Amino acid sequence: MTSLADYRESRELLTHLTLRELRGKYKRSTLGWAWSLLNPLSTMLIFTIVFRVFFRAEAPEGSPSGLSSFALFLLCGLLPWNFLTNSVFGSLGTVIGNASLIRKTYFPRELLVVSQVASWIVSFLLELSLLAVILLIVGNMVLPLVPVVLALVVVLALFATGLSLALSVFNVFFRDVQHFVGIFFQAWFYLSPIVYSVDLVPERHAIFGTDVPLRAIYKWNPMAAFAEAFRDCLYHLRLPSLSTFAYLVTIAVATFLLGLFIFGRFEGRLAEEL
Amino acid sequence: MSEPSIVVEGVSKRFRLYHERNQSLKVALLRGRRAVVDEFWALRDVSFEVPQGSSFGLIGENGSGKSTLLKCMARILRPETGSISVVGKVSALLELGAGFHPELSGRENVFLNGAILGLPQKELQRKFDEIVAFAGLEQFIDQPVKNYSSGMYVRLGFSVAINVDPDVLLVDEVLAVGDEVFQRKCNEKFADLKSRGKTIVLVSHAMTSVHNICDRVAWLDHGQVKMVDAARKVVDEYVGAVQVDRTVDGEDGGERWGSGEARVETVELLDANGSSVSRIRTGEAATIRLHYRFHEPVDKPVFAVTIQTLDGTHVSGPTTRDADQVPDRLLGAGYVDLTFDRMMLLPGTFDINVSIQDYSCLHPYDFRHKVLRFDVEPGEPHESFGLVALGGRWARTEDTGTEETT
Ligand SMILES: Nc1ncnc2c1ncn2[C@@H]1O[C@H](COP(=O)(O)OP(=O)(O)O)[C@@H](O)[C@H]1O
Ligand SMILES: [Mg+2]
Repeated sequence: MTSLADYRESRELLTHLTLRELRGKYKRSTLGWAWSLLNPLSTMLIFTIVFRVFFRAEAPEGSPSGLSSFALFLLCGLLPWNFLTNSVFGSLGTVIGNASLIRKTYFPRELLVVSQVASWIVSFLLELSLLAVILLIVGNMVLPLVPVVLALVVVLALFATGLSLALSVFNVFFRDVQHFVGIFFQAWFYLSPIVYSVDLVPERHAIFGTDVPLRAIYKWNPMAAFAEAFRDCLYHLRLPSLSTFAYLVTIAVATFLLGLFIFGRFEGRLAEEL
Repeated sequence: MSEPSIVVEGVSKRFRLYHERNQSLKVALLRGRRAVVDEFWALRDVSFEVPQGSSFGLIGENGSGKSTLLKCMARILRPETGSISVVGKVSALLELGAGFHPELSGRENVFLNGAILGLPQKELQRKFDEIVAFAGLEQFIDQPVKNYSSGMYVRLGFSVAINVDPDVLLVDEVLAVGDEVFQRKCNEKFADLKSRGKTIVLVSHAMTSVHNICDRVAWLDHGQVKMVDAARKVVDEYVGAVQVDRTVDGEDGGERWGSGEARVETVELLDANGSSVSRIRTGEAATIRLHYRFHEPVDKPVFAVTIQTLDGTHVSGPTTRDADQVPDRLLGAGYVDLTFDRMMLLPGTFDINVSIQDYSCLHPYDFRHKVLRFDVEPGEPHESFGLVALGGRWARTEDTGTEETT
C-alpha cells in the first residue's frame, strides 16, 4: 500500500526534477535548444579538423551503406559518449548541489541521479534526431533501424544510471572522487573507438614478449561495444551482432543493479555526510 | 485516537566525527581506510509512541538529540539500531531553511517542496495562492530565497509544510523565529490539524508553547529519554531541573551586574500562607520577597521586579518608584515585599529579574537576571490562552423584539 503511494509520489518528484533540469539547461541562453546542439557540433568540428586534416585519418567506409564521412562517423560514437559523461558528471554535481534538500527533507535520493540521467536522455534523443536527419539527407536510410537505436539508448541509459549512482554516492564520502573520475574518463575516451575505428586496434600485439589478443580484449570495454553498436545502426546501416547486444544488456543490467545496491547501502548516511 | 501514529522503538543514532570535514580518497587509499576519529551516540535506546491526533513535544537541553530524533522520524537520518514507524504522509519543517534550494525563487521552491511531499502539480497550483498568502510573501515570491530573511524562510517553509495536508507534521525549533502574528497563525493551524486527527511533533524551547500546544512530552537528556508523560508533568520536572542548574550558573555566570553598594541577597516566592514555594496558582495571593543588604548608605534606592516568560517576553515590571515608595536613604539589611492579592498570571513558567537602582533608574547597584523561576498552575479564573487573565466578564443578551422568520 505504502509502496504504491511511494511510487506515485516518486514519479511526481522525478517529473518535477527532470523538467527543472531541462528548463535550467535550455532556458538559460537566448539560443535555447539550439545551444545544446552546438556543443556536440563544435566538438565534432574540432576532432574532424585535427584527425581528418592534420592526421589525415581516412573516413571508414560504411558497409553496406557505402557512406564515407569522418564527421558523421565521429558523431555516431561521440553522441553516446557525451551522454554517458554528461550523466555521470551531472549526477556528481547534483547530489552535492542539492545538499540542503538532502539534509532537510526526505525523498528517495536516487531520484536526483535518475532525473539527471533522464534530462540527458532528452538531450541525447534530440541530438540523435538531428543526426538522423543529416544522415537521411546524405542518403543513409536509417529509419528501419530506429527501434534498434532506441533500444540501445535504453540499455545505455541503464548503464549510465548504474555508474552515476555508484560514483555520485562515493563522491559524497570522498570529495576528490570527481577528480579521479575526470582522469579515468579521459583515459576511457581514448580507449574507446570514438575518434577512430576499431579496425585501427591491432588484432594481436606483443606485450612484454607475450602475444596478446589485443582487439578481443579491447572489445570487452562496454563503451567500445556501445559505440560500435550505435555506429552499426547509424553509419553502416546494419544490425549489431546478437552477441554484442546480449553483452551490452548484461553489462548494463549488472551495472544498474550494482549501482542501485551501492547507492542504497550508503544513501542513509548522505544527510550527515554532506 | 487509540492507534499510535508514530512508534519509536529502541532507536540509537551514532555520528562519526572525522578529522577533516571533507575526506579525500587519496589519503584514504594511502592509509588503507577512512580516518574514523570518534564515535558519538546522539541517541541511545529511545522508545515511545505518539497517539494519532495528538500533539507531542520534545524538550531537552541543547545537544540532547531532539533535532536528531526528529530527522530520524522524517527518514532523513537512518538510525543505527531500532525502528521508527510512521503512519501516513510526513511533512517536516526542520530548523531554518526548510528544504529550500537557495538559488531558486520562492515560487520554484514551493513547487519543488510540494513535489518532494508528493503533491501533484495541479493540486499545488490550486493551493499556491493560499500557501503564499499564509506566509505573507506575495511581493517576494519570485525572488531567490537566498535573499529572504530568516523569518521569511520559516514562514514559507511552515506554510508549505502545513498546506500539503500531512498526516504527521514534524516541527523543529523554528516558530520562535516568526513574529507574533505568525506564531499565532501557527498555533491556530496546529489546533486545526489536531482537530482533524493529524499528529504533530514539536521541538521547542518555549515551555509556554509546549505547555499550551502539546498533550504529551518526552524529555531527552544526553540522547536518552528521561521522561515521557503528560505535558504539564514533564514541563514541571524539566523546569525544576533546569532551574537548579541555572542558579548555580547564575552565581558565577554573567547574569548579575551592578556597582555593588547594595545587593539583593536572595529572592523568595511566598504563597498565601507565607511559605516559600516555586509553584503558585492563578488567582491566589502571592508575594515576591527581596532580601537586601546595603553595604554603604544609598540615597533614594529603587527596587524593581520584572516577570518574564521563558521566551523573554516581559509580562510585568513594577518598581517602588512607580508606586511612590522610595525611602530617602537605606543602610543595612532587610527585605522588601511585592504582594499580589490575586496573582493573575495564567498557567506557565516564568522568570523573575530583580534589581536595586538609583532614583533615575539608570544606574544599577545590583541587577540579577532570572534569579528565580516559578510555575503557575491552573486556578481561578481559568482561561486556556494567553499570559495573564485580565478579569474580563462575559454577558449575553438576547434581542427581544425580533422574531426569526423562515
Ligand atoms: N551531522 C552530525 N555530525 C556529528 N554530530 C552531530 C551531527 N548532528 C548532530 N550532531 C551532534 O549530536 C548531538 C545532538 O544534536 P541535536 O539533535 O541537534 O540536539 P538538539 O536538537 O537537542 O539541540 C549534538 O551533540 C550534536 O553536536
Ligand atoms: Mg536542535
